[in-house]
Amino acid sequence: MRVNFTVNGRPQEADDVWEGESLLYVLRERMGLPGSKNACEQGECGSCTVRLDGVPVCSCLVAAGQVQGREVVTVEGLADYARQRSCGTGGCGTSLEESRQWQAKGTDSRTGEGTELAPIQQAFIDAGAVQCGFCTPGLLVAADEMLERNPDPTDADIREALSGNLCRCTGYEKIMDAVRLAAARQGGAV
Amino acid sequence: MDFLRPASWEEALAAKAEHPTAVPIAGGTDVMVEINFDHRRPEYLMDLNRVGDLCEWEVGEESVRLGASVPYTRIMENLRAELPGLALASHTVASPQIRNRGGVGGNLGTASPAGDAHPALLAAGAEVEVESVRGTRRIPIDEFYKGVKRNALAADELIRAVHVKKADGPQQFSKVGTRNAMVIAVCAFGLALHPETRTVRTGIGSAAPTPIRAEAAEEFLNAALEEGGFWDNGKIVTPSVAQQFADLCSAACNPIDDVRGTASYRRHAVGVMARRTLTWTWESYRGARRNIEGAA
Repeated sequence: MRVNFTVNGRPQEADDVWEGESLLYVLRERMGLPGSKNACEQGECGSCTVRLDGVPVCSCLVAAGQVQGREVVTVEGLADYARQRSCGTGGCGTSLEESRQWQAKGTDSRTGEGTELAPIQQAFIDAGAVQCGFCTPGLLVAADEMLERNPDPTDADIREALSGNLCRCTGYEKIMDAVRLAAARQGGAV
Repeated sequence: MDFLRPASWEEALAAKAEHPTAVPIAGGTDVMVEINFDHRRPEYLMDLNRVGDLCEWEVGEESVRLGASVPYTRIMENLRAELPGLALASHTVASPQIRNRGGVGGNLGTASPAGDAHPALLAAGAEVEVESVRGTRRIPIDEFYKGVKRNALAADELIRAVHVKKADGPQQFSKVGTRNAMVIAVCAFGLALHPETRTVRTGIGSAAPTPIRAEAAEEFLNAALEEGGFWDNGKIVTPSVAQQFADLCSAACNPIDDVRGTASYRRHAVGVMARRTLTWTWESYRGARRNIEGAA
């Protein structure tokens, strides 16, 4: 079947989609957007987290056919999404080509300089919250949504918002630091 | 596989009548797992996300009519006063991502004994509104669960809503698992005090082939509270009464050993949760009574 939906602000079309296919599979294998990670395929790990009509969901548990006519934001479009939110203007989104080429590298792979990053992405780099990096995209999408909803979160708020995202490297402390840092920067405190 | 996209409830009923093997999918948090792992290859998958009124709820005089697809997140945020037990249970469902998608209709459709909503629905008192092209019926929650992952639905029926009685007293929910988030219940317990009828209702999850009430325990406690004049005098529940209640709740279980826990652990934990939730709710009832008397 064919599925038409919006990905990172641009209308997209996926063809020959199998009826039992997940949104995650469509994003990764048909649209060439491997930022959303495929791990547990049962909603346990959160590494495939995307926003569906603004709401964070596990894309492995959304049937592709269910996104017909709806809006999806992936980690590849997060920088643009955050920019639009901060300047309040409706931008033109991120094309698949740009999304595919997006890398958290820029001219300096350690600081991310030269790449457009969402504040939460920059905070993850600055706080050293990335180790193997597999859980990072899901955490970024979940954390960004929480900061949009709750600009001044307590530690308990952060833990709850990220409770559906498993990290097996860091012990979460640096991730907590990163979210606190992003919240402080957002509030103008840093 | 065919993907059906009914745009309205009527279309969904017609599609289900025409294709009784169609598997409804809303939040997808159960169905997609089975498809991803190749445990299920339904002939037809029927998306209910387009049926908007399934995501709505109405607060009435006596009860809340909760659309089958209202996400757990909405229940936690909006119905904590009316449905405190279900709101507490909703908060223990998996993770924010899952609570944003899943709803009570899915728990009822899957009818797993481990579904988090069941103990709260059993304790509060509820009716499941199901419909087919043949008509609508309301199934009392006590008659809804028929076996492990089996419910009272006919092949052509869909769950439209659940009517849950509004709380007339304190309610609690307790769940045992290895951590707070992302846990399938080892076992769970819901308890609701109903001061208007002077009764207590219970719900037990993951400790029998279906979600159940501990009816003998309820009868014992109702009689003991009545006999001791507890509803009027607001005294603490005698420890021996609480213990007997806990033992009867344990005895109501018919659990199995599995990867999440042993049968004897489940029986024991249900007793502990029964005693605790009784204490919590009763303290809250006594507190509310004192406030009323203090004001008078």
